[in-house]
Amino acid sequence: MFEYYVSLFVKAIFVENMALAFFLGMCTFLAVSKKVDAALGLGIAVVVVQVITVPVNNLIYNNLLREGALVWTGMDGAESIDLSFLGYLSYIGVIAAMVQILEMFLDKFVPALYNALGVFLPLITVNCAILGASLFMVERDYTFGESVVYGTGAGVGWALAIVALAGIREKLKYSDVPAGLQGLGITFVTVGLMSLGFMSFSGVQL
Amino acid sequence: MADTPKSVIVSPIFANNPIALQILGICSALAVTSNLATAMVMGVAVSLVTAFSSMFISMIRNQIPNSIRIIVQMTIIASLVIVVDQMLKAYAYETSKQLSVFVGLIITNCIVMGRAEAYAMKNGPVMSFLDGIGNGLGYTAVLFFVGFVRELFGSGSLFGVQILEKINDGGWYMPNGMMLLPPSAFFIIAGFIWLIRTWQPKQNEASEFKIAPNTQVKEAV
Repeated sequence: MFEYYVSLFVKAIFVENMALAFFLGMCTFLAVSKKVDAALGLGIAVVVVQVITVPVNNLIYNNLLREGALVWTGMDGAESIDLSFLGYLSYIGVIAAMVQILEMFLDKFVPALYNALGVFLPLITVNCAILGASLFMVERDYTFGESVVYGTGAGVGWALAIVALAGIREKLKYSDVPAGLQGLGITFVTVGLMSLGFMSFSGVQL
Repeated sequence: MADTPKSVIVSPIFANNPIALQILGICSALAVTSNLATAMVMGVAVSLVTAFSSMFISMIRNQIPNSIRIIVQMTIIASLVIVVDQMLKAYAYETSKQLSVFVGLIITNCIVMGRAEAYAMKNGPVMSFLDGIGNGLGYTAVLFFVGFVRELFGSGSLFGVQILEKINDGGWYMPNGMMLLPPSAFFIIAGFIWLIRTWQPKQNEASEFKIAPNTQVKEAV
Protein backbone atom coordinates (compact mmCIF):
# COMPACT_ATOMS: atom_id res chain seq x y z
CA MET A 1 0.00 0.00 0.00
CA PHE A 2 2.77 2.40 0.99
CA GLU A 3 4.71 1.57 -2.16
CA TYR A 4 1.64 2.31 -4.23
CA TYR A 5 1.36 5.81 -2.77
CA VAL A 6 5.07 6.47 -3.25
CA SER A 7 4.85 5.47 -6.88
CA LEU A 8 1.77 7.65 -7.39
CA PHE A 9 3.66 10.55 -5.81
CA VAL A 10 6.76 10.11 -7.98
CA LYS A 11 4.59 9.66 -11.05
CA ALA A 12 2.73 12.91 -10.34
CA ILE A 13 6.02 14.79 -9.98
CA PHE A 14 8.06 13.47 -12.89
CA VAL A 15 6.14 11.32 -15.35
CA GLU A 16 2.99 13.42 -15.36
CA ASN A 17 4.53 16.76 -14.56
CA MET A 18 1.72 19.34 -14.62
CA ALA A 19 3.78 22.02 -16.35
CA LEU A 20 6.02 20.06 -18.69
CA ALA A 21 3.90 17.06 -19.64
CA PHE A 22 0.39 18.57 -19.61
CA PHE A 23 1.28 22.26 -20.07
CA LEU A 24 -1.01 23.43 -17.30
CA GLY A 25 -0.53 26.73 -15.53
CA MET A 26 1.52 28.04 -18.45
CA CYS A 27 0.43 31.67 -18.15
CA THR A 28 1.88 32.12 -14.68
CA PHE A 29 4.64 29.65 -15.52
CA LEU A 30 5.98 31.98 -18.20
CA ALA A 31 5.08 35.27 -16.54
CA VAL A 32 6.55 34.72 -13.06
CA SER A 33 9.71 32.80 -13.94
CA LYS A 34 12.15 35.67 -14.37
CA LYS A 35 13.62 35.45 -10.85
CA VAL A 36 14.31 32.30 -8.81
CA ASP A 37 13.01 33.91 -5.59
CA ALA A 38 9.65 34.83 -7.05
CA ALA A 39 9.36 31.46 -8.74
CA LEU A 40 10.06 29.66 -5.46
CA GLY A 41 7.41 31.74 -3.66
CA LEU A 42 4.80 30.98 -6.29
CA GLY A 43 5.81 27.32 -6.34
CA ILE A 44 5.28 26.96 -2.60
CA ALA A 45 1.94 28.74 -2.80
CA VAL A 46 0.82 26.34 -5.53
CA VAL A 47 1.85 23.31 -3.47
CA VAL A 48 -0.10 24.57 -0.45
CA VAL A 49 -3.26 25.33 -2.42
CA GLN A 50 -3.00 22.07 -4.37
CA VAL A 51 -2.67 19.97 -1.19
CA ILE A 52 -5.87 21.51 0.18
CA THR A 53 -8.09 21.82 -2.88
CA VAL A 54 -7.64 18.43 -4.55
CA PRO A 55 -8.77 16.41 -1.49
CA VAL A 56 -11.61 18.86 -0.75
CA ASN A 57 -12.84 18.61 -4.32
CA ASN A 58 -12.53 14.85 -4.04
CA LEU A 59 -14.85 14.89 -1.01
CA ILE A 60 -17.32 17.17 -2.80
CA TYR A 61 -17.35 15.00 -5.90
CA ASN A 62 -17.75 11.71 -4.03
CA ASN A 63 -20.29 12.90 -1.46
CA LEU A 64 -22.40 15.42 -3.36
CA LEU A 65 -22.00 15.41 -7.12
CA ARG A 66 -21.47 11.95 -8.57
CA GLU A 67 -24.37 9.78 -9.57
CA GLY A 68 -26.00 8.26 -6.50
CA ALA A 69 -23.72 10.17 -4.13
CA LEU A 70 -26.66 11.78 -2.36
CA VAL A 71 -27.98 8.45 -1.02
CA TRP A 72 -26.75 9.38 2.48
CA THR A 73 -29.37 12.14 2.67
CA GLY A 74 -32.11 9.49 2.54
CA MET A 75 -34.16 11.45 -0.01
CA ASP A 76 -36.57 9.67 -2.33
CA GLY A 77 -34.92 8.69 -5.60
CA ALA A 78 -31.52 9.92 -4.43
CA GLU A 79 -29.81 7.03 -6.25
CA SER A 80 -30.65 8.54 -9.61
CA ILE A 81 -29.52 12.12 -8.97
CA ASP A 82 -26.46 12.98 -11.02
CA LEU A 83 -25.11 16.45 -10.36
CA SER A 84 -21.73 15.96 -12.02
CA PHE A 85 -22.49 18.68 -14.59
CA LEU A 86 -22.18 21.16 -11.72
CA GLY A 87 -18.60 20.01 -11.26
CA TYR A 88 -16.77 22.92 -12.91
CA LEU A 89 -18.73 25.47 -10.94
CA SER A 90 -18.10 23.71 -7.63
CA TYR A 91 -14.40 23.07 -8.17
CA ILE A 92 -13.63 26.62 -9.20
CA GLY A 93 -15.75 27.88 -6.30
CA VAL A 94 -13.79 25.72 -3.87
CA ILE A 95 -10.49 26.91 -5.32
CA ALA A 96 -11.46 30.59 -5.21
CA ALA A 97 -12.78 30.22 -1.66
CA MET A 98 -9.73 28.27 -0.48
CA VAL A 99 -7.35 30.86 -1.89
CA GLN A 100 -9.33 33.62 -0.19
CA ILE A 101 -9.38 31.78 3.15
CA LEU A 102 -5.70 30.92 2.91
CA GLU A 103 -4.94 34.58 2.22
CA MET A 104 -6.87 35.75 5.28
CA PHE A 105 -5.41 32.98 7.46
CA LEU A 106 -1.83 33.79 6.47
CA ASP A 107 -2.44 37.52 6.89
CA LYS A 108 -3.62 36.96 10.46
CA PHE A 109 -1.34 34.21 11.75
CA VAL A 110 1.78 34.01 9.56
CA PRO A 111 2.42 37.58 8.34
CA ALA A 112 5.96 36.78 7.18
CA LEU A 113 4.75 34.10 4.80
CA TYR A 114 1.86 36.34 3.75
CA ASN A 115 4.25 39.08 2.74
CA ALA A 116 6.32 36.61 0.77
CA LEU A 117 3.37 35.00 -1.02
CA GLY A 118 0.93 37.93 -0.99
CA VAL A 119 1.11 38.92 -4.64
CA PHE A 120 0.89 35.37 -5.91
CA LEU A 121 -2.14 34.10 -4.06
CA PRO A 122 -4.81 35.80 -6.22
CA LEU A 123 -2.94 34.61 -9.33
CA ILE A 124 -3.40 31.04 -8.21
CA THR A 125 -7.17 31.12 -8.60
CA VAL A 126 -6.75 31.35 -12.35
CA ASN A 127 -3.87 28.88 -12.51
CA CYS A 128 -4.96 25.99 -14.72
CA ALA A 129 -2.65 23.59 -12.89
CA ILE A 130 -4.87 23.76 -9.80
CA LEU A 131 -8.15 23.21 -11.63
CA GLY A 132 -6.44 20.69 -13.91
CA ALA A 133 -5.36 18.54 -10.97
CA SER A 134 -8.93 18.48 -9.66
CA LEU A 135 -10.29 17.53 -13.08
CA PHE A 136 -7.71 14.77 -13.53
CA MET A 137 -8.57 13.51 -10.05
CA VAL A 138 -12.23 13.22 -11.07
CA GLU A 139 -11.43 11.68 -14.45
CA ARG A 140 -9.21 9.01 -12.88
CA ASP A 141 -11.58 8.31 -10.00
CA TYR A 142 -9.04 8.67 -7.20
CA THR A 143 -9.96 7.77 -3.63
CA PHE A 144 -9.47 10.30 -0.85
CA GLY A 145 -6.03 8.97 0.09
CA GLU A 146 -4.89 8.92 -3.51
CA SER A 147 -6.13 12.45 -4.07
CA VAL A 148 -4.08 13.77 -1.13
CA VAL A 149 -0.94 12.15 -2.55
CA TYR A 150 -1.75 13.19 -6.11
CA GLY A 151 -2.43 16.81 -5.10
CA THR A 152 0.87 17.04 -3.26
CA GLY A 153 2.81 15.43 -6.10
CA ALA A 154 1.21 17.62 -8.76
CA GLY A 155 2.01 20.76 -6.76
CA VAL A 156 5.61 19.75 -6.07
CA GLY A 157 6.15 18.85 -9.73
CA TRP A 158 4.88 22.22 -10.88
CA ALA A 159 7.01 24.06 -8.31
CA LEU A 160 10.08 22.08 -9.41
CA ALA A 161 9.49 22.98 -13.04
CA ILE A 162 9.02 26.71 -12.46
CA VAL A 163 12.10 26.98 -10.22
CA ALA A 164 14.19 25.14 -12.83
CA LEU A 165 12.92 27.43 -15.60
CA ALA A 166 13.63 30.54 -13.52
CA GLY A 167 17.18 29.30 -12.94
CA ILE A 168 17.72 28.89 -16.66
CA ARG A 169 16.20 32.27 -17.47
CA GLU A 170 18.44 34.05 -14.95
CA LYS A 171 21.45 32.76 -16.87
CA LEU A 172 19.82 33.25 -20.24
CA LYS A 173 19.56 37.00 -19.95
CA TYR A 174 23.31 37.32 -20.47
CA SER A 175 23.20 35.56 -23.82
CA ASP A 176 22.90 37.04 -27.27
CA VAL A 177 19.40 36.25 -28.52
CA PRO A 178 18.01 37.40 -31.92
CA ALA A 179 15.81 40.48 -31.50
CA GLY A 180 12.52 38.81 -32.44
CA LEU A 181 13.05 35.90 -30.07
CA GLN A 182 14.10 38.08 -27.14
CA GLY A 183 12.02 37.49 -24.01
CA LEU A 184 8.94 35.41 -24.68
CA GLY A 185 10.17 33.61 -27.79
CA ILE A 186 13.35 32.20 -26.32
CA THR A 187 11.44 31.23 -23.17
CA PHE A 188 9.13 29.09 -25.30
CA VAL A 189 12.12 27.36 -26.89
CA THR A 190 13.64 26.77 -23.44
CA VAL A 191 10.42 25.29 -22.08
CA GLY A 192 10.13 23.10 -25.16
CA LEU A 193 13.61 21.69 -24.57
CA MET A 194 12.89 21.15 -20.86
CA SER A 195 9.71 19.36 -21.79
CA LEU A 196 11.60 17.12 -24.22
CA GLY A 197 13.94 16.31 -21.35
CA PHE A 198 11.02 15.39 -19.09
CA MET A 199 9.63 13.14 -21.79
CA SER A 200 12.46 10.73 -21.06
CA PHE A 201 10.59 9.92 -17.84
CA SER A 202 7.52 8.92 -19.76
CA GLY A 203 8.45 5.25 -20.15
CA VAL A 204 9.20 4.80 -16.46
CA GLN A 205 7.09 2.11 -14.85
CA LEU A 206 6.85 2.20 -11.08
CA MET B 1 -5.94 53.92 -28.89
CA ALA B 2 -9.42 54.98 -29.91
CA ASP B 3 -11.70 51.97 -29.91
CA THR B 4 -13.81 51.52 -32.99
CA PRO B 5 -15.72 48.26 -33.45
CA LYS B 6 -13.32 47.34 -36.27
CA SER B 7 -10.11 48.01 -34.36
CA VAL B 8 -11.40 46.08 -31.36
CA ILE B 9 -11.93 43.00 -33.50
CA VAL B 10 -8.89 43.23 -35.77
CA SER B 11 -6.10 44.41 -33.49
CA PRO B 12 -5.95 41.29 -31.23
CA ILE B 13 -5.33 39.06 -34.25
CA PHE B 14 -1.82 40.25 -35.05
CA ALA B 15 -1.03 43.59 -33.45
CA ASN B 16 -2.00 42.66 -29.91
CA ASN B 17 -2.27 38.89 -30.05
CA PRO B 18 -3.36 37.36 -26.71
CA ILE B 19 -0.89 34.46 -26.96
CA ALA B 20 2.08 36.06 -28.68
CA LEU B 21 2.09 39.39 -26.87
CA GLN B 22 -0.12 39.32 -23.79
CA ILE B 23 1.05 35.83 -22.68
CA LEU B 24 -2.52 34.73 -22.03
CA GLY B 25 -4.18 31.37 -22.56
CA ILE B 26 -1.18 29.30 -23.47
CA CYS B 27 -2.02 26.07 -21.62
CA SER B 28 -4.73 24.86 -23.92
CA ALA B 29 -2.99 26.22 -27.01
CA LEU B 30 -0.35 23.55 -26.60
CA ALA B 31 -2.31 20.50 -25.66
CA VAL B 32 -5.09 20.46 -28.25
CA THR B 33 -3.22 21.38 -31.41
CA SER B 34 -1.93 18.00 -32.62
CA ASN B 35 -4.76 17.94 -35.13
CA LEU B 36 -6.54 20.78 -36.79
CA ALA B 37 -10.15 19.74 -36.13
CA THR B 38 -9.86 19.74 -32.31
CA ALA B 39 -7.84 22.96 -32.46
CA MET B 40 -10.65 24.66 -34.36
CA VAL B 41 -13.36 23.37 -32.00
CA MET B 42 -11.32 24.67 -29.09
CA GLY B 43 -10.85 28.04 -30.81
CA VAL B 44 -14.56 28.45 -31.43
CA ALA B 45 -15.42 27.38 -27.87
CA VAL B 46 -12.97 29.85 -26.35
CA SER B 47 -14.15 32.68 -28.62
CA LEU B 48 -17.77 32.13 -27.66
CA VAL B 49 -17.04 31.90 -23.95
CA THR B 50 -14.84 35.01 -24.03
CA ALA B 51 -17.37 37.02 -26.00
CA PHE B 52 -20.39 36.13 -23.87
CA SER B 53 -18.60 36.31 -20.52
CA SER B 54 -17.24 39.76 -21.43
CA MET B 55 -20.73 40.84 -22.43
CA PHE B 56 -22.45 39.59 -19.27
CA ILE B 57 -19.73 40.88 -16.96
CA SER B 58 -19.84 44.24 -18.68
CA MET B 59 -23.64 44.38 -18.22
CA ILE B 60 -23.40 43.99 -14.45
CA ARG B 61 -20.02 45.70 -14.00
CA ASN B 62 -21.49 48.54 -11.98
CA GLN B 63 -23.26 46.18 -9.59
CA ILE B 64 -20.27 43.91 -8.79
CA PRO B 65 -18.66 44.77 -5.43
CA ASN B 66 -14.95 45.18 -6.03
CA SER B 67 -13.75 42.80 -3.32
CA ILE B 68 -15.57 39.74 -4.65
CA ARG B 69 -15.38 40.51 -8.35
CA ILE B 70 -13.12 37.56 -9.14
CA ILE B 71 -15.58 35.06 -7.71
CA VAL B 72 -18.46 36.72 -9.57
CA GLN B 73 -16.54 36.60 -12.84
CA MET B 74 -15.56 32.98 -12.19
CA THR B 75 -19.18 32.01 -11.64
CA ILE B 76 -20.28 33.60 -14.92
CA ILE B 77 -17.41 32.02 -16.83
CA ALA B 78 -17.92 28.60 -15.25
CA SER B 79 -21.64 28.63 -16.10
CA LEU B 80 -20.86 29.44 -19.74
CA VAL B 81 -18.26 26.68 -19.87
CA ILE B 82 -20.78 24.20 -18.50
CA VAL B 83 -23.12 25.17 -21.35
CA VAL B 84 -20.34 24.71 -23.92
CA ASP B 85 -19.33 21.39 -22.38
CA GLN B 86 -22.88 20.03 -22.42
CA MET B 87 -23.34 21.20 -26.04
CA LEU B 88 -20.14 19.45 -27.10
CA LYS B 89 -21.13 16.27 -25.31
CA ALA B 90 -24.51 16.35 -27.02
CA TYR B 91 -23.49 17.22 -30.59
CA ALA B 92 -19.79 16.38 -30.94
CA TYR B 93 -19.18 13.56 -28.50
CA GLU B 94 -15.96 12.26 -30.14
CA THR B 95 -14.33 15.69 -30.10
CA SER B 96 -15.37 16.31 -26.53
CA LYS B 97 -13.71 13.01 -25.53
CA GLN B 98 -10.49 14.10 -27.25
CA LEU B 99 -10.51 17.49 -25.55
CA SER B 100 -11.12 15.74 -22.17
CA VAL B 101 -10.25 18.09 -19.32
CA PHE B 102 -9.32 20.95 -21.61
CA VAL B 103 -12.92 22.06 -22.09
CA GLY B 104 -13.15 22.51 -18.33
CA LEU B 105 -9.88 24.36 -18.36
CA ILE B 106 -11.41 27.13 -20.48
CA ILE B 107 -12.59 28.44 -17.09
CA THR B 108 -9.04 29.15 -16.07
CA ASN B 109 -7.96 30.19 -19.54
CA CYS B 110 -6.37 33.50 -18.79
CA ILE B 111 -7.75 35.07 -21.97
CA VAL B 112 -11.31 34.91 -20.65
CA MET B 113 -10.37 36.18 -17.22
CA GLY B 114 -7.85 38.69 -18.56
CA ARG B 115 -10.30 40.30 -20.98
CA ALA B 116 -12.99 40.43 -18.30
CA GLU B 117 -10.62 42.21 -15.93
CA ALA B 118 -8.88 44.45 -18.43
CA TYR B 119 -11.69 45.38 -20.79
CA ALA B 120 -15.19 44.34 -19.77
CA MET B 121 -15.01 45.96 -16.33
CA LYS B 122 -14.47 49.36 -17.99
CA ASN B 123 -16.47 49.25 -21.23
CA GLY B 124 -20.03 48.79 -22.43
CA PRO B 125 -21.58 45.40 -23.29
CA VAL B 126 -21.47 45.71 -27.10
CA MET B 127 -17.81 46.71 -27.25
CA SER B 128 -16.93 44.06 -24.68
CA PHE B 129 -18.66 41.43 -26.78
CA LEU B 130 -16.68 42.51 -29.85
CA ASP B 131 -13.47 42.60 -27.83
CA GLY B 132 -14.15 39.05 -26.71
CA ILE B 133 -14.72 37.95 -30.30
CA GLY B 134 -11.53 39.70 -31.40
CA ASN B 135 -9.38 38.08 -28.77
CA GLY B 136 -11.01 34.74 -29.44
CA LEU B 137 -10.07 35.17 -33.11
CA GLY B 138 -6.50 36.03 -32.17
CA TYR B 139 -6.34 32.86 -30.09
CA THR B 140 -7.92 30.82 -32.88
CA ALA B 141 -5.40 32.23 -35.37
CA VAL B 142 -2.47 30.94 -33.30
CA LEU B 143 -4.21 27.60 -32.75
CA PHE B 144 -4.85 27.30 -36.47
CA PHE B 145 -1.24 28.05 -37.33
CA VAL B 146 0.16 25.58 -34.78
CA GLY B 147 -2.42 22.92 -35.62
CA PHE B 148 -1.76 23.36 -39.35
CA VAL B 149 1.99 22.84 -39.01
CA ARG B 150 1.68 19.98 -36.54
CA GLU B 151 -0.92 18.00 -38.43
CA LEU B 152 0.60 18.59 -41.88
CA PHE B 153 4.12 17.54 -40.93
CA GLY B 154 3.22 15.15 -38.13
CA SER B 155 0.71 13.00 -39.96
CA GLY B 156 0.69 14.44 -43.49
CA SER B 157 -2.97 15.42 -43.37
CA LEU B 158 -5.19 18.45 -42.82
CA PHE B 159 -8.56 18.10 -41.06
CA GLY B 160 -8.00 14.34 -41.32
CA VAL B 161 -7.69 14.45 -45.15
CA GLN B 162 -4.43 12.96 -46.41
CA ILE B 163 -2.37 15.63 -48.24
CA LEU B 164 1.13 14.19 -48.24
CA GLU B 165 1.21 10.46 -49.12
CA LYS B 166 2.96 8.61 -46.29
CA ILE B 167 5.68 6.05 -46.99
CA ASN B 168 3.70 3.42 -45.11
CA ASP B 169 0.83 3.87 -47.57
CA GLY B 170 3.11 3.68 -50.61
CA GLY B 171 3.72 7.45 -50.90
CA TRP B 172 6.89 9.48 -50.47
CA TYR B 173 6.41 11.40 -47.21
CA MET B 174 8.11 10.28 -44.02
CA PRO B 175 6.01 11.71 -41.15
CA ASN B 176 7.92 13.73 -38.59
CA GLY B 177 6.93 12.04 -35.34
CA MET B 178 8.21 14.87 -33.17
CA MET B 179 5.46 17.15 -34.50
CA LEU B 180 2.91 14.97 -32.75
CA LEU B 181 4.72 15.24 -29.44
CA PRO B 182 3.65 18.13 -27.22
CA PRO B 183 7.05 19.91 -27.01
CA SER B 184 6.93 20.71 -30.72
CA ALA B 185 4.06 23.11 -29.99
CA PHE B 186 6.47 25.25 -27.97
CA PHE B 187 8.90 25.52 -30.85
CA ILE B 188 6.15 26.34 -33.33
CA ILE B 189 4.71 29.05 -31.10
CA ALA B 190 8.21 30.46 -30.61
CA GLY B 191 8.55 30.56 -34.40
CA PHE B 192 5.13 32.22 -34.71
CA ILE B 193 6.18 34.90 -32.21
CA TRP B 194 9.40 35.40 -34.15
CA LEU B 195 7.49 35.82 -37.42
CA ILE B 196 5.04 38.33 -35.94
CA ARG B 197 7.83 40.32 -34.35
CA THR B 198 9.92 40.39 -37.50
CA TRP B 199 6.89 41.81 -39.25
CA GLN B 200 6.05 44.25 -36.44
CA PRO B 201 9.40 45.07 -34.80
CA LYS B 202 7.85 47.39 -32.22
CA GLN B 203 6.73 44.29 -30.28
CA ASN B 204 10.34 43.25 -29.65
CA GLU B 205 11.32 43.10 -26.00
CA ALA B 206 14.40 45.06 -25.03
CA SER B 207 17.28 42.87 -23.89
CA GLU B 208 18.50 43.44 -20.37
CA PHE B 209 22.14 43.32 -21.35
CA LYS B 210 24.05 44.35 -24.46
CA ILE B 211 26.80 42.00 -25.59
CA ALA B 212 29.97 43.90 -26.40
CA PRO B 213 31.33 43.26 -29.89
CA ASN B 214 34.15 40.77 -30.12
CA THR B 215 37.33 42.85 -29.84
CA GLN B 216 39.72 40.10 -30.77
CA VAL B 217 38.53 40.10 -34.35
CA LYS B 218 39.19 43.83 -34.68
CA GLU B 219 42.66 43.49 -33.21
CA ALA B 220 43.50 40.75 -35.64
CA VAL B 221 42.57 42.79 -38.71
